[in-house]
Amino acid sequence: MSEADVVSRLTDGMTVGIGGWGSRRKPMSVVREICRSPLRDLTVVSYGGPDVGMLCAAGKVREVVFAFVSLDTIPLEPYFRRARESGAVAARQMDEGMMLLGLQAAAWRVPFLPTRVGLGSDLPRIDPGLRTVTSPYPGPGGTHEELVAVPALHLDAAIVHVNQADEHGNGQLLGPDPYFDDLFLEAAGRRFVSCERIVPTAGLTASGPVQSIRVTSLMVDGVVEAPGGAHPTSCVPDYPRDEAFQRDYAASAKDPDGWARFRKEWIDGLDERAYQERVQR
Amino acid sequence: MTDVARADVCAFAVADCFRDDGEILANPIGNLPVLGGRLARELYEPRLVMTDGEAYLIGDTPPLGEAPEVIAGWNPYRRMFDVVWNGRRHVMMGAGQIDRYGNQNIAAIGGDPDRPDRQLLGFRGAPGNTINNPTSYWIPGHSTRVFVERVDLVCGIGYDRAAELGEAARFHELRRVVTNLAVLDFETPDHRMRLRSVHPGVTVDDVVAATGFELAIGDDVPQTRVPTAEELAVLERLDPKGLRHREVKGR
Repeated sequence: MSEADVVSRLTDGMTVGIGGWGSRRKPMSVVREICRSPLRDLTVVSYGGPDVGMLCAAGKVREVVFAFVSLDTIPLEPYFRRARESGAVAARQMDEGMMLLGLQAAAWRVPFLPTRVGLGSDLPRIDPGLRTVTSPYPGPGGTHEELVAVPALHLDAAIVHVNQADEHGNGQLLGPDPYFDDLFLEAAGRRFVSCERIVPTAGLTASGPVQSIRVTSLMVDGVVEAPGGAHPTSCVPDYPRDEAFQRDYAASAKDPDGWARFRKEWIDGLDERAYQERVQR
Repeated sequence: MTDVARADVCAFAVADCFRDDGEILANPIGNLPVLGGRLARELYEPRLVMTDGEAYLIGDTPPLGEAPEVIAGWNPYRRMFDVVWNGRRHVMMGAGQIDRYGNQNIAAIGGDPDRPDRQLLGFRGAPGNTINNPTSYWIPGHSTRVFVERVDLVCGIGYDRAAELGEAARFHELRRVVTNLAVLDFETPDHRMRLRSVHPGVTVDDVVAATGFELAIGDDVPQTRVPTAEELAVLERLDPKGLRHREVKGR
């Protein structure tokens, strides 16, 4: 399928999970296509990078569910900051590990998972929906601990980017870190994988150990072949982050019309092939 | 008394935070803390486990900014929670704000969480870190903007918050706060922040003026120790490009 096919299966108001981590292995070709689309009012769940910043700047986002949003080498995502400081998007803030538990609960189809994480912090204060549970078992000190019940984080759709996949959606990660991509897929109703290249199934184990096939066809409804699709984020070992591009992107946020210029040059009127050709120039 | 750079003093003040930690994951975040952690591993805590800042556990102790030659293990982001929630880790984080009991904010500045004056990183792993494993802080710019009476959002929890939780907070432990001016800890009866030592060239009054709340201060505040020539040689090997001096200036 194409990026446009993915977007055609998303609807206004959906909760969309995006894989990767910070400015790493983000499904940016699909993010660009969402920016071009009329989609709106999305709730975006992400270990956030430029995916979150661009979708906020493009006016696609009602709420961000996040523990951080960062461009890694540039600590703060400038368009995300602007969206938050102007009050343009709502936020549901989490601890990084709480997000893992929320996705895991959704994936396991249980209503919550208990944890100590969040106790004593201001997360319950700013997220009044967050509840606690009393342990039915006594702790070593004899008390029944009050723990945070992290609610399942159901995703209407999830989008992740991997190094390679077969046409069935068996996806392979050749870099050192799988992040949380398989969990995003398992927590979602509609599951999409973009990849650097589609290979025959036999090509997967020829490229790496079987443990690198982190994504199975059970988790995937559609595969997009998107060479360079994570640009400007990294997709190691295929390519590193495009630091120069990222610097320009971040710098554009300093001008009031910076986003308009950025999207005119890099989003509007381009399909993914034209985008990649422009990046190559 | 010394021509040792302030950054060098800070690096060893960080290193000393990891003394006696034994075999745990020392997880300093940021250039100067990583340098301090690697100094500790190289000089006195060889069993410390450390990452390359990414997915690998390092088998050697490479200079700052360089990849390890020996990889000892795999610890991708998701595995980090297994370590944190198991408690076998001492993390050193940064702080946008911190108060006298060690409550820390890295999420946002301002009173309205829906429309912050300044959006910072987010809560990151601070709530989970502080409730599960020992935590220290590194603050390169000690000022009343950072050391505040009350933080706007509690991300990492302090001793007062932990005390209210009872048994559920039994793994909470804040060790030290290292800054460009001083080393602080919480070794007081009610765990209020205490001035442990001042760096060479810094006075107690300098620290008091840069702190927005009342510190516990003993009668005789020692000076932060100055590294030996042998230690400085190891420091030079681990940071040949002097990245530490970008974070902390002067002598």
